[in-house]
Amino acid sequence: MSTTLEGYNFAYLDEATKRMIRRALLKAVAIPGHQIPFGAREMPLPYGWGTGGIQVTAAILGPTDTLKVIDQGADDTTNAISIRRFFTRVAGVATTEHTAEATVVQTRHRIPERLLREDQIIVYQVPQPEPLSRLEPRRTETKRLHALADYGLMHVRLYEDIARFGHIAKAYDYPVMVNGRYLMSPSPIPAFDNPKMHRMAALQLFGAGREKRIYAIPPYTDVRSLDFEDHPFRPIRAPHACALCASTDTYLDEVITDDAGGRLFVCSDTDHCAERQATAQEAAE
Amino acid sequence: MYVAVKGGERAISAAHAWLDETRRGDPAVPELTVAQIEQQMGLAVDRVMAEGSCHDRFLAALAIKQAKGDLIEAAFLLRAYRTTLQRFGASEPLETSRMRLRRRISATYKDLPGGQVLGPTFDYTHRLLDFALAAEAGDAVAVPQAETPVAEVPRVTELLAREGLMQREAEQDEEPGDLTRQPLAFPAARPLRLQNLARGDEGFLLALGYSTQRGYGGNHPFVGEIRVGHVAVEFTPPELGFPIELGEIGITECQMVNQFKGSRTEPPQFTRGYGLVFGHGERRAMAMSLVDRALRAGELGEDITAPAQDEEFVLYHSDNIEATGFVEHLKLPHYVDFQSELENLRTIRRSAEQAMQEAAE
Amino acid sequence: MNGLTPGFADAGLTPGFADPVLDGQATFRAVLEAMSRPGRVQRAGSALRPPAPLNQAAAAVLLTLADADTGFAHDAGVAAEAWLRFHCGMPLVPGAQAAFVLATGTPPALASLAQGSEEEPQAGATLVLQVNALTEGTGWRLIGPGIETEHRLHVDGAPAGFVAAWAVNRASFPLGVDVVLCVGDRLAALPRTTMIAEG
Repeated sequence: MSTTLEGYNFAYLDEATKRMIRRALLKAVAIPGHQIPFGAREMPLPYGWGTGGIQVTAAILGPTDTLKVIDQGADDTTNAISIRRFFTRVAGVATTEHTAEATVVQTRHRIPERLLREDQIIVYQVPQPEPLSRLEPRRTETKRLHALADYGLMHVRLYEDIARFGHIAKAYDYPVMVNGRYLMSPSPIPAFDNPKMHRMAALQLFGAGREKRIYAIPPYTDVRSLDFEDHPFRPIRAPHACALCASTDTYLDEVITDDAGGRLFVCSDTDHCAERQATAQEAAE
Repeated sequence: MYVAVKGGERAISAAHAWLDETRRGDPAVPELTVAQIEQQMGLAVDRVMAEGSCHDRFLAALAIKQAKGDLIEAAFLLRAYRTTLQRFGASEPLETSRMRLRRRISATYKDLPGGQVLGPTFDYTHRLLDFALAAEAGDAVAVPQAETPVAEVPRVTELLAREGLMQREAEQDEEPGDLTRQPLAFPAARPLRLQNLARGDEGFLLALGYSTQRGYGGNHPFVGEIRVGHVAVEFTPPELGFPIELGEIGITECQMVNQFKGSRTEPPQFTRGYGLVFGHGERRAMAMSLVDRALRAGELGEDITAPAQDEEFVLYHSDNIEATGFVEHLKLPHYVDFQSELENLRTIRRSAEQAMQEAAE
Repeated sequence: MNGLTPGFADAGLTPGFADPVLDGQATFRAVLEAMSRPGRVQRAGSALRPPAPLNQAAAAVLLTLADADTGFAHDAGVAAEAWLRFHCGMPLVPGAQAAFVLATGTPPALASLAQGSEEEPQAGATLVLQVNALTEGTGWRLIGPGIETEHRLHVDGAPAGFVAAWAVNRASFPLGVDVVLCVGDRLAALPRTTMIAEG
């Protein structure tokens, strides 16, 4: 019996629960973008803190994996630390803050800037897996709409934005069509990250614990952000350079420096930013 | 620079240490024992067992101690423990007509077989703060003992049913679903709805039950019967093939009698709202019965117009572990999304200003 | 256990996974990788000695994924059935209702297996199909999700008419059947999204 925390199974979940999640994951991969209900369990972390992602990670993780956990793009945010500690405690796996070294990346709200590879899996924490939930709160209804591939509601919503604001006013959790069939929530990542999902080399898995659903995007699968011919999708980022690494093509956090309107912009992906700073330093030496 | 969230390793450890310190409070005050909580905060223990969906008084008391008295946090601790336990089978249905009763009241009959047993209740107390309790005069109170009712005490609803006035529940041969293992799907069968309500948040159930009384989906309820006491849990091991008693648990059962004006297939009769919860939890069992009855609107051919009748609304929002997690997760950082919204708003304002300028020119 | 007491050794059964937790995890990752990259061959179950005609990969897949919650249908005979049911405890059900179908000989028609429904296509069956050999880089041309340009896979022992039946399965997406091809301790998968052209 492999165990690292007395009284608990490897990776916390019991084997029957893992089998149930694993079966759901395989069907999720076979039906890209389709939400699969699963018997999500209570976890020792609260709902909303990433219980879906944690259950997916627990079901796939093995002793040879190296786990990276990020929240808001950073490894050192408190929730990321807490989840990383959890897996160190219950699975004894190696952890890293470097995207390049990770075999499994669990994330809340970001996709790393560095391109993910074929030998990596990214696990998204998802608060609300239903992309239509704000337009139709009833699951019985949205299930039917997905069955019919009837996404008119969402197109109307986006078109109303254009009529009102001149462009689509959805900045994060921007809906995508997966493999030309299922409308999917990319989780609350900024729309800036959406293009990274398209034909990504890595497998993408999504877990929603409270809503008890799992979905997936296989590698090299078409993921299109919804848009209109005359109003193409535009990823949004703050039009500045990172104050630390000078990057102009990464997603930035805005940091308020004083109460007199002072602010600066820094990379949200802390690992990527640190790497760029180190490279610049080496070049300077 | 804003550092409240980043660099958190030390912050987490320090926060946990501080939490431990505040839990203990002033070290000059004696520490609470788990046994004291279990004995003297019994109704809190009952609520945590119900919402934690695990009948274990010791663990519930421990959870209350660990949670500093935050009962939802305590229920969460208990749930997270419960989910790791091996599930070795399902018990036989509880036979509540053979309960060892501490309390049994009916609002529909002045007297009835088995009698009215008031039991330990706040019902007729005067809610005046009792400063004698502050003096901690810990002497046990002598309670006058009556003969406890024995043998089977018939259910009020059964008395009505024999007369043809109470709708009988359909026999279910099917193994009921288990929502701790399978996610809810709709329409949800009544056993699943009852499971959901039995561990639902007491405040949520109370508010919904109350709303049915105020005209939002109500059916003129009467308390047919509330019974509080202990009931045997029986289990049939496959290798034995007959049930054996595992022990007793404390429960509260409520059967609410509701009017029903009849439909094309059913004559006018009373219908039942049912509540059953761990421990002594009358408020919770009564609210559950009201909501259970309201949720039967669909099967009884009544119009679904009120929140309490809307199963998707009720069942998806009753669980306080899910609810507290998602509400409280808003305090986790959201600055990546907020940044997107900021840029988005700036862009919209720029184009709006531009448009206004152009219009002005 | 499962009415088969005493233990498996007394019943003449070979053991399942030496470490059910870690071997199950490793096998799952092999199947997940196979399903995510259709036509790429993975390894699983090298240490298993299941009774004939069950091969190691098929045995490992079922040990990893099947249990009391998954209906099962097969053509593998009494010895394999006793072994699988002892280790997994899965109930036997008619082929059209099975979550997992094991075919060691000619498989049932894909269209006869559970397809799922428009709202719940995930209820479509997984067919574990034993074949004679799997060779990458030649044979069928596979395209679809999980495949960058095209993967090639030669399947020796594929049932007659499989490619045509698969085209029908593919066309009914999102409904349909997913297939895990197994030989020895090697496996490859065909999720219902994959398109096959004869090489």
